[in-house]
Order: sequence, then C-alpha cells, then structure tokens
Amino acid sequence: MNIFSELKKSLIVALWFVFLTFPIMVIRVNTIEKIIEWRWRNMLIIAIGSFLVSLLWRYLLTRKQTQTDSQLEKRPLSQLIFEEPKVYKPILVLIGLFVVIFPFIFSSYQINIMTTALMYVMLGLGLNIVVGLAGLLDLGYVAFYAVGAYTYALINHHFGLGFWTILPVGALLAAFFGILLGFPVLRLRGDYLAIVTLGFGEIIRLILENWNEFSFGPSGIAHISRPGFMGINLNLNESIIYLYYLMIFFCLITIFVINRLQNSRIGRAWIALREDEVACQAMGIDKTKTKLTAFALGATWAGMVGVIFAAKTTFVNPASFTFLESAMILSIVVLGGMGSIVGVFIAAMILILTPEYLRAFSNYRMLLFGAVMVLMMVFRPQGIVPNVRRFYRFRRVTSNPGNLYDKSS
Amino acid sequence: MKKFDSRKVFGLCLIVLFSGFLFAGIGFASETIKLGVAGAHSGDLASYGLPTVKAAEFVVKEINAKGGVLGKQIELVVEDDVCKPEVATNTATKLVSQGVKFVIGHICSGATKSALGIYKDAKVIVISPSATNPELTQSGAYPNFYRTIASDDAQARLEVDFAVNKLKVKKIAVLHDKGDYGKGLAEYAKKFIDSSNKASVVLFEGITPGAVDYSAVVQKIKRSGAEAVIYGGYHPEASSIVAQMRKKKMKTYFISDDGVKDITFIKVAGKYAEGVYATGPKDTSKNPLAIAANELHKKTHGSDPGAFFLNGYAASQAVLNAIQKAGSTDYNAVSNALKAHFVETPLGKIKFDKKGDAIGVGFSIYQVQKGAYVEIK
Amino acid sequence: MEYFLELLLGGLTRGSIYALIALGYTMVYGIIELINFAHGEIYMIGAFTALIIASVLTFHGFTGFSVLILASVVAVIYSAAYGYTVEKIAYKPLRQAPRLSPLISAIGMSIFLQNYVLIAQTSDFLPFPNLIPELPFLEEYSHIMGPAQLLIVITTAVVTIILTLFIKFTKTGKAMRATAQDRNMAMLMGVNVNKIISNTFIIGSALAAIGGVLIASHIGRINFYIGFIAGIKAFTAAVLGGIGSIPGAVLGGLVLGWTESFATGYVSSDYEDVFAFLLLVLILIFRPAGLLGRSAIQKV
Repeated sequence: MNIFSELKKSLIVALWFVFLTFPIMVIRVNTIEKIIEWRWRNMLIIAIGSFLVSLLWRYLLTRKQTQTDSQLEKRPLSQLIFEEPKVYKPILVLIGLFVVIFPFIFSSYQINIMTTALMYVMLGLGLNIVVGLAGLLDLGYVAFYAVGAYTYALINHHFGLGFWTILPVGALLAAFFGILLGFPVLRLRGDYLAIVTLGFGEIIRLILENWNEFSFGPSGIAHISRPGFMGINLNLNESIIYLYYLMIFFCLITIFVINRLQNSRIGRAWIALREDEVACQAMGIDKTKTKLTAFALGATWAGMVGVIFAAKTTFVNPASFTFLESAMILSIVVLGGMGSIVGVFIAAMILILTPEYLRAFSNYRMLLFGAVMVLMMVFRPQGIVPNVRRFYRFRRVTSNPGNLYDKSS
Repeated sequence: MKKFDSRKVFGLCLIVLFSGFLFAGIGFASETIKLGVAGAHSGDLASYGLPTVKAAEFVVKEINAKGGVLGKQIELVVEDDVCKPEVATNTATKLVSQGVKFVIGHICSGATKSALGIYKDAKVIVISPSATNPELTQSGAYPNFYRTIASDDAQARLEVDFAVNKLKVKKIAVLHDKGDYGKGLAEYAKKFIDSSNKASVVLFEGITPGAVDYSAVVQKIKRSGAEAVIYGGYHPEASSIVAQMRKKKMKTYFISDDGVKDITFIKVAGKYAEGVYATGPKDTSKNPLAIAANELHKKTHGSDPGAFFLNGYAASQAVLNAIQKAGSTDYNAVSNALKAHFVETPLGKIKFDKKGDAIGVGFSIYQVQKGAYVEIK
Repeated sequence: MEYFLELLLGGLTRGSIYALIALGYTMVYGIIELINFAHGEIYMIGAFTALIIASVLTFHGFTGFSVLILASVVAVIYSAAYGYTVEKIAYKPLRQAPRLSPLISAIGMSIFLQNYVLIAQTSDFLPFPNLIPELPFLEEYSHIMGPAQLLIVITTAVVTIILTLFIKFTKTGKAMRATAQDRNMAMLMGVNVNKIISNTFIIGSALAAIGGVLIASHIGRINFYIGFIAGIKAFTAAVLGGIGSIPGAVLGGLVLGWTESFATGYVSSDYEDVFAFLLLVLILIFRPAGLLGRSAIQKV
C-alpha cells in the first residue's frame, strides 16, 4: 500500500464523481423563466469532497477487513459491559435516576420529543419480535400502528371512552389484524413476505384514506382526549409529563416481557425458525403457530403504541402511516442490531432525536439520514449493539468439577 | 457501589433540580416579542411553507426598523413541521416552551389541527396563511385560530355557482386527489351541486397523486358525459389530467381551486392550460402594498414569491398590528384587537370575524387566457 | 366496446412503464437476491438528467425529436453510471453481510438520492419539454392512443426483445444466467462475478432511465418524488410476474397496468392501488413464486 497509488485511486474517484454529479449539481434550469444556472462552485466542492471521502472510505474498509480477521475471538465491548454486574449496575442506576428527574430538568419540548422517541423504542421492540427474533421481514408494520391509533380515535370520537379502556382493545384488535395478515402469508418466505406485508400496510392506509364514512378520510379525526390520570383532567404541561412517565412505564414492561419471551419456549422456537425453517419443522415445532404468534405479538405492541400516539397528538390522519414510517421502524431494528433490546433503544434515540436537534440543518437531515443508514450497514452491519448469540462453551475441568458448562449469555 | 450515601444522592438531585429551574427562569426573561413561524420548510411541501417565512421576515424587518411594537423588538422563531401532524405537535411544544405567544402558521390543515390542541391550552394565538379546512373556524373548537385565507367551502361554493349559473352545465364530474384539502373541497362541491337542483354529479372520484398516468380516469370522465370537471387538489395532477383530456380532444370545462391557480400550472400544462378556470384569492395585482411586497421579494431573493406569500404577509401584519392596538401581549386583549380593528395588508383591508375567518379576504374566478390568469368579473 | 379498448390501451401504456422499471428490479434480484429500493430513484435521476439536457438544448433553440433522442442517450449513460456507483458504494461491501443489511442500505440509498436531487435541484414540479412529434396518421385515433403512448409501447416491446436476445445469446448474458443460478459455481467456472453484477446494475439502470424519459415526456412533468411510487409499483409488478424472471417482469407490469386501468374504469379510482395490492396478495397466496416464477425446490 503505497500512498501514491492510494492518492491516484482517490483522484480517479473524484473525477468520476465530478462526472456523475455534473448535470444535477452544476446545471439548474429554471423552466419558468427559461434561465440556465451554471453552478461551477459545486463542481469544485464535489471534487475535493469526494477525493477526501474516498481516501477515508478505503481506509475504513481496510481497517474493517483487518479487524474481522484479528478480532474474531474478541468479544464486543457491549457484551463485556453486560456481563459484569459491577459495571452495569451503577450505569443502570444512573440511567434510571436520569430518566426519573428528566422532566424536571428539561423543557416540555424536550420531554415531548423524548416521549416520541420512547414510542419508537416500543415500536422497534415490537417489530424486533417479528424481524429480529422470528426472522420474518415485515415492511407493513405501520398498518398495526394505524389500527391502534384509529381504534382509539374512532371509539373516543363516537363513544367517548377513555384511554385506559381502549388501550387493551387497540392492542387486541391489532393482534387480530396481525393474525389476519399472518394466515395468507404463512407459505411465503423472505422477500415475498416483505412485499405482501408492504402491500398490506398500503391497503390499510388507502382504506383509511378513502372510506370517509368510517374513518373521516384524509382530513382525519381531531379532539382525541389525552389520557386522564385517575379521573383528573391535566393541563398541557402536566399531561406531557404524565405521558412521558407512562411511556417509561410501558417501555419497562415491554423490555421485561420481551426479555422473558426470548427465553421462553416460544422465543426459542422463533429463533429456531429464523435460523432454519426446515430444521425447525423437523424438530417438531408447529410452524403455523409460531409464525402467527410472532405476527400477533408484534402487532400487539404496535397497536398499543398506536393508541398512545393518538392520545399524544390528539389528532390522527392517514398521512402519518406511510411506508416511510415502516422503513423508519425497520431501520431502528436493524441499525440497533437485530434482536438486541439495548440496540433498539439506542437506535431509536439516535434516529428520532437527531432530526429534532438537527432542525438547523433541516434541509440536509433526510440526506444525512439516508447516508447514515448506508454507512452503518457498510461499516457495521451487525448494528450498534449487536445481539449476543447464546452459546455454550465447553470449559476444561479445573479445580471445580461441578462447573462443567459455563453458560454465557 | 452497593452502599449509596443517600444524603449525597439527595443533594445531587436538589442541585440538578435547582439548575433546571434556573434555566427555565432564563427562558422567561425576554426583552423581545417572539413571533413563531411554523410550517413545512423542508421536504416535498417546502415550496408551500417557505414563502410565508420570507413574508414574515420582511414584515418583522420593516417593523423593527421603525422601532418595533410597544417599544419592543420582534424576534422571529422559525420552526419546521414538514406538514406532518405528529411533527407539528413537537413543533408546537417547542414554540410554546420558548415563550412564543403568537404563531404564523401552520401551513397544512392536518398539521394545524394537531398543533392547535397544544396552542389552545397554552393560550397562543395562531394565524394561518393557508390552512383552509372549514372545520378549523366553523366548528368553534379553536377560539385561538385565525386565518388570512378563505375556507374550502367558500371556494367550492364559488366554483359550483360559476359552473351552474355562468357556464350553465348540467352534468359535472367532481374529482379530487384524496388529500385533506382536495377531498374536502370536492365533497363540498358535490354537496352544493346536489342542493342546487340545476345540475347533477355524474362522477365523483379520487385520483392517486403521483400515479404514472391518468388515462383511465380521463376515459371515465369522457364516458360519463360530463360537461365540466371540478377538481380539488394541486396543480401537478391537474396539469396531467387537463393535458390528457385535451390530447383526447375533449372540450370539457375544467374548474379548479387555488392549488391550481399557480403560474407553474400554466408553465407545466403549456398550451393545454388555455381556458382552464381556477378560483383564487381576489386580484391583488393593483394593490400598492402587494406590488411593493412582491417587488421587495424580487429584489431580495431574485425571484417571484411563491404560494401564500401575500397571505403570510397579511397574517404577520395583522398580528403585529393587533398587539400594537391592544397595547399588550395579553391573549384576550390581542384576540379582541384582531376582531376589532381593520389593518391595511397586501390582501386589502382585513379584520377577523368571531370565528376567526378574515373579513375582506375573498375568492374570484380566474381563467387562463394567453398564458396568464385573468380575473373574470 | 370502445371504452374497453381505451382502457386496454391505457393499461398497456401504464403497464409498459412498470415493465421497463420492473426489468431492472428483477435482474438485480435474480443475481444477488436484493430488493434494490434505490432503483426507483435511478429512474427519477434518468428523467431529471433528460429534463436538464433537453431544457438546455431547447433554450438554445434546438427542438424536435432529435433533442429527445440525445437527452435519452445522456440520461441512459448517467443512470447507468449512477446504478454502477450505487452498487459499488452501498451493496458491494455487503456481499457477505446478513440478508437484511443490503436491504436497509438500499432504503438508505433511496432516501439519500431523493434528497440529493431535492437539494441540488428543486422540490417543485418541472415541466418536461414536449418533444414527441404529432403523428398525422394517429390524429384520427388520438382519443384512444397518442404518439407518446405509441412510443412507450413500441420502445418497451423493442427493449424487451433485445434484452431477451442479449441474455440468451451473448457471452455476458450467459454469464449472468450462470451467476443467477449459482454464484459460487459460476465463479469456479471462470465467470468474473463482480463484473457481471456491475453489468446487471448498469443494464437495469439504463432500462429504468428509458422508462423515466418516456414517462416524463408522456405526462410532461417530473419532481424528485416520482421514483418512489413508480419503484414500489414496479417492484410489485416484478414480484407478480415472478421475481428473477424477465418475461415475468413484463407480464407482471402489464397485468398490473391493466388491473389498475380496469379497476379505475369499471369500479372506482379511489381504490386503484388497493386493487393492485390485493391482486398481488391473491396471486402470491395461490402461486407463491409469482406468475412465471419457478418455485425453487428446497434442499436440506
């Protein structure tokens, strides 16, 4: 690897990008006034930028290559942290403390976006069941979210029932829809499954958009009541804080449930299904039941978050439930590391909070968002906090003959 | 670390809490009057939201140069909501938590509705330059909401009256783009046609925005024998439909709304745009204030202002004038002032009625003649 | 009857466009089993490049069909270059990664390219210059089929035939089929797999650009967002026909076009897309491999 050839390579890349971006970056036609604008400065920026980026890019790629060769045996830092109670317990306590006093330190805006981020944590964890654990690629997850949101919006609008009554209803209805979707797609695998779920998500949204008598169409439903606290009506600020604590509570429950599910019989069946469908069947696992429970349970969480979403924004319309939303939730799961709870948590925080804080760059935020997704996948496809695979390692019998197998998780 | 010194932790908590209040305190001690501007400033609908920001900037700059309002300078707080209801609530909370008491926005009706829930509780006065959903004012649920644009039903009424009484058509096809704005408008149009008893709706359909082409819908219009099409929606789809209708040699009248009354429509549809009718805000091309505002925009930004520029201009002027007249930034005082005093704006002399709709802002019918919109009297 | 014919031809035009884009999806999927979400964006970039070139030329006084040809050629070259670059950046480093990673990378690329065009150009719709000449002999039938529609149908037919012949008889085509069947085996047989994958992306992107130019001159306006919906529809078409199969993609595109056209014509355009997706779901339930796809026998 000599520097000269590296520089030459980058120069070629820079020239290529100058060529590639020429019509779109340099020329801008104003078809109304019939003026052509030549922006030569952009060309220079592209040239220098792509030259530097390509140097960095190749450096990082080679580093990644050598790393995978040498570090195969080395266990990731995240895993080390979670194995050592002395390290992670105080961290957890600190985080817990921060979470509890958060609303008293920051403005209601900060609390509000934190609540949004927590909603995405829950959505991510729900989708994690379907995609991360059971390995069923679902591109229409937002449909169940919509089912939950509309359940609350409609029942609240027509019958005036409150948040706590509808929450289980929304969850159950979403689970029902999950099974409804699950049945026809049982035979499909992989990408076919992905496209059918995508179609399903679009169908739900289109029905909400077009069936005015039922869903009030694109103008949506307004004046949805915020959740009440033991029958007391809260003012705006209080209800924002209340919702925040509610979300914390729900997130904790979700984490608890999913943690338990992972280690249960059905959780193991999901993982087996993900790893090898045929082998899984051969082991006597009921494929139909396993797949359907995955869909139903995943959908349940989406339904619950949907209800919370409707209660938080006090307004729903079909435009909130587009394919991009599904893609966003899926990105949270994959960026975080499939099947990893902590990963989903961190990814949701990054993906939801950064755009809010990067409002100054609002024009560039979606551009950056796309770029980050690509870069993450190229340089760290296993996610931010990769899920730790369960394995049993044989350890030589030394002084303690009772401890034959060391379970590491 | 197992033994926590509880007193230490408690002390830490107190310090953190205290500093939190301290920060909050700093936020309130402001020397300026904050004027929020919220709407779509990025993404695909940015072209509807950005002109309002520019309009507000011009108005604020002018007023600040004259010494501000009530001796205080005006500070603009611009926030993006990408026209999404769920983002709009965050935007609204952010504005409220920054101490904003007056907001120009939001741009889209859906985002406005979801944000209003928060503004209402925080007693923030909201003036939208472009949210036309009738419910916003007519339902009476949002006493803090005003707008400098006429509502959808007024527009639909005008379109239907024109079609039925002036063009004297008997069969009308009503189309919409399935959007909040377009579909709402189309439904009002349908209602008004049905109740007029002079014409009938032969086709009521939603088209898919962004679809590859609209030939099937156009065939259907042709088959229905409609003499006029009333379309609720924006110009991109309208130009495609009109072009395909004319290519198929259909001479059906095409009547649409102010989403189509846009110079881009004429440029995109080209020769096919000739003869198309569209409703739009009353002609302001002779209003000296409007001419000045447009000139200012051209001089500063080198281009013609975009959609809702004048509405945004008028909204900013109205709210600042009301604060001046009320003599304070008190919610009730400013609310009353908005309803009591006329103000000279590029849209003409306006004030607001009890529900929050602007008096003095109306619609006229325009027709494309020789590549330009001409008002039809 | 005339109404039926009109809908049939309308559906044919629409379906042809879907088919042109679906071909790119299906070829890429056939070779590396990746849903190339950025494919719709390549189509959009093709249309934009053509628009820019055509506008620059028309402003300088050139008009007519030759401008369209020139603009299309440039658009095809640029789209192919974008397709090639996207593959090198976003997919090639991920050959060995888990299945979902390239998919996410593709979604990211799609968002990136959309916003790249949005920022570098504009969010407004731009008019595409009208360059397709009026054909006097079509005048009589203009209510059924215009010159643009005719051009779309003919181009699609020609392109499909050329592509089929290319895949069947050329050396590259054979290598592509071999790679699609078994990548490792093809590699052992001396096929330069990386080059073949690049070629697939280049050809697929070029086809998308042709689709982009055609649709832009047919409907006369484009913006940065057109690729998204067209991409999803085209992907649906590809799956419908049996992903990985070239005649399948064309058939899927046409079936989808007709479904939408007839659903609009005889039922209501409100649920146009619902019909399209319902058709997809139904076909996949009864023929999980699509219309012309072969369901692979699973070996354990």
